[in-house]
Amino acid sequence: MTEHNSSLSHLDLETPEKPFLDANELVINMGPQHPATHGVLRVILRLDGEKVLGLECVIGYLHRGVEKIGEHRTYTMFNPYVDRMDYVAAVSNGLGYCETVEKLLNVEAPPRAQYVRVILTELNRIASHQLWLGTHALDIGAITPLFYTFRDREEILKIYEKYCGARLTTHAFRIGGLQYETYTGFEKEVKNFLDFFRPKIDEYEELLTTNRIWVERTKNVGAISAQDCIALGVTGPVLRASGVKWDLRKAQPYANYKNFDFDIPIGQNGDTYDRYLVRMAEMRQSVRILDQAVGAIPEGPIMAKVPKVMKPTAGEVYHSIEAPKGELGYFIVSDGSTQPYRVRVRPPSFVNLQALDLMCRGQLVADVIAVIGTLDIVLGEVDR
Amino acid sequence: MGQIIQYIQSYLGSDQTPGAAGNMFWVLVYIMLVFTGLSVAVIAMNWLERKILAHMQVRLGPMRVGPHGLLQPIADAIKLLLKEDIMPAEADGLIFWVAPFVVVLAAFTTFVVVPFGPTHAITDMNIGILFMLGVSSLSVLGIVMAGWASNSHYPLIGALRSSAQMVSYEVAMGLAVVSAVLMTSLNAEGTGTLSMIGIVQAQQAQGEWFIFKFFPLGLIAFFIFAVAMVAETNRAPFDLAEAESELTAGFHTEYSGFRWSLFFLAEYSAMIAVSSIAVTLWLGGWLRPFPNLLSGTPWEQIFSVFPGVTFLFFAAMCFYNTVRMPKHPLFRVQTIGLAGFGVVLGLIGLILFVPAVSVRIQDIFWFAAKVSGFMYMYIWYRGTFPRYRFDQLMQMGWKVLLPMGLGVLILTAGVALLQPMIWHP
Repeated sequence: MTEHNSSLSHLDLETPEKPFLDANELVINMGPQHPATHGVLRVILRLDGEKVLGLECVIGYLHRGVEKIGEHRTYTMFNPYVDRMDYVAAVSNGLGYCETVEKLLNVEAPPRAQYVRVILTELNRIASHQLWLGTHALDIGAITPLFYTFRDREEILKIYEKYCGARLTTHAFRIGGLQYETYTGFEKEVKNFLDFFRPKIDEYEELLTTNRIWVERTKNVGAISAQDCIALGVTGPVLRASGVKWDLRKAQPYANYKNFDFDIPIGQNGDTYDRYLVRMAEMRQSVRILDQAVGAIPEGPIMAKVPKVMKPTAGEVYHSIEAPKGELGYFIVSDGSTQPYRVRVRPPSFVNLQALDLMCRGQLVADVIAVIGTLDIVLGEVDR
Repeated sequence: MGQIIQYIQSYLGSDQTPGAAGNMFWVLVYIMLVFTGLSVAVIAMNWLERKILAHMQVRLGPMRVGPHGLLQPIADAIKLLLKEDIMPAEADGLIFWVAPFVVVLAAFTTFVVVPFGPTHAITDMNIGILFMLGVSSLSVLGIVMAGWASNSHYPLIGALRSSAQMVSYEVAMGLAVVSAVLMTSLNAEGTGTLSMIGIVQAQQAQGEWFIFKFFPLGLIAFFIFAVAMVAETNRAPFDLAEAESELTAGFHTEYSGFRWSLFFLAEYSAMIAVSSIAVTLWLGGWLRPFPNLLSGTPWEQIFSVFPGVTFLFFAAMCFYNTVRMPKHPLFRVQTIGLAGFGVVLGLIGLILFVPAVSVRIQDIFWFAAKVSGFMYMYIWYRGTFPRYRFDQLMQMGWKVLLPMGLGVLILTAGVALLQPMIWHP
């Protein structure tokens, strides 16, 4: 109990109401119903005028107990649930889970499945970044990019819909490979999308990158140093914007990313503008990976030999992938039965969110909105 | 009875505004006309903003209520009027009640001196521009009242932002206005004027809109005003007071229904009001383009068909879209409605070709056309720009626009003083 109080004590929430005109500090509750908190994040802001003295994130409004559900489902049955965590990047969640269980089972997906997985995951990265760009720009007041990004994201969702019938929570992968063979013309459609999408990135950049107001709103806003990023465990584009060249696709190659040639874009100042640039560059790199992958899908089976009833030997495994938002890790403990003994998810959004307080101190209220947007959090993943 | 008719008739043929002539009957008529025209303009603006913004954002905008959503603003108005009138329990009742009226009052009163034509204004004050700036800045009082009375944090911050913003931009705005007023004194007598009608007449007499005067001084002053007026009306990219993503809705968060619609009405009429100031001061008010360069009978005739042609163009657009309407029984009513609307616009256009009408409508048409140009800019800004941060806004106002305004004022005064010596020794 005392611990709980002390964690909130620096916010001084317990002090009795002072007469309003004498109050130097204003405590404002932002969210959970607020247009810019990306879902149901609640932020308690302590303000001096418009300056942020500190803030406290209150999470858990979207808690669905995904990890606990995992203990009561078989390995196969739990697969669709992980899509519901980061529903913006459901394919990445699925990839992470499937690869973790494959690691536990000591099987490897056949090459054809690997290629299709990479294509779908990179498409997903683009879709996730598109959604981030639209909402982030909307938070900062530019309402138009949202419609452009959603228009183009639609093309990706159409490919998903054609491939597996679902658009958002796709459940595209199975443990050991893929459930479905690619449909006729899959590669051609992805290629068409790439040709369609390349000029669109320039279109987004045209609207924002050199826009004076955009630069002023994002430069030196919510800057975080590489040391702080590492100390807090922040990963993904946020870490890379601070100048750390850390991308799990290169650092611990999973799937068959080692076959592809791509760069890791990094920033310098770790501010909101750099994070914006890094994510824009990442979209271009994803296009590059897709370009290489589309023509190179080998023929062959799409499913490895996986037992119908999965009973991994007792033990534990941790596997992480580079989701669009950062390191997405799964820790699964098996007791030899058909159900995991424990499933623990390391969600990038949850860890990145911890940096919010540090990034916002001394900034203005408007910057809090910008920083929440730039962290690219999805509350479904934060709360699970 | 005869006396009354005589009183009414006594104004006809006068070359003064009814206010200046002191004819109460025509003053009332003009007030009704301006009020109605303004309300219609706000309704039209509501529809146009949604449509234009939608097309900028690759979507259609309102399409359901009426053909191409033409009846959407009316449906919205009815919805707002029928909504429950909510007042927060902790609110300061009286101030909460008064605030929207103060804002609307400030926005509408400015139109007393707006010159739609040499005689088409409710009245002509010799301090017209001062009156206009003074009254329009009253609206900040209403906004602060609304923010304070709501007794809630977000509205309070919105109101504080709004008042700080308006106060700082009014300074730069005032300096830009003064430099335009200075230009009016460049005549034989060397006397300037603050009267709105006088300012336009000065541009006519000098044969140059003030935006081109002392190039680029007039242009810079206009630019300063054009930026300050967006800030003054709390519109994007300076819409901090109602920044949706930060303060939910700013000072009118707690307002709903009719009270909210009053704020809406005030915002749009304030936009039209400040645009009118800009048009009057720099763009020659009611004067048609090139009144001196392209003068003479043929040009007069060419320019006199513009109003009619404009309405015929709108009518043609209606007919074009009528043809494009889906051929389905469900769309029959909408198709007929759109065609009917086109017929009405076309008839108005044809009436405007009648010389007696077109001579009288010219001034108002050119004034409205220029103001609608500004309205389009407002929508364009909103579709393009992100929002400024509060400190950046202040920095822009005090560190960029204010020194620029001062510089332009001093330079204008200097050039105005030296010009007679250099060019007319």
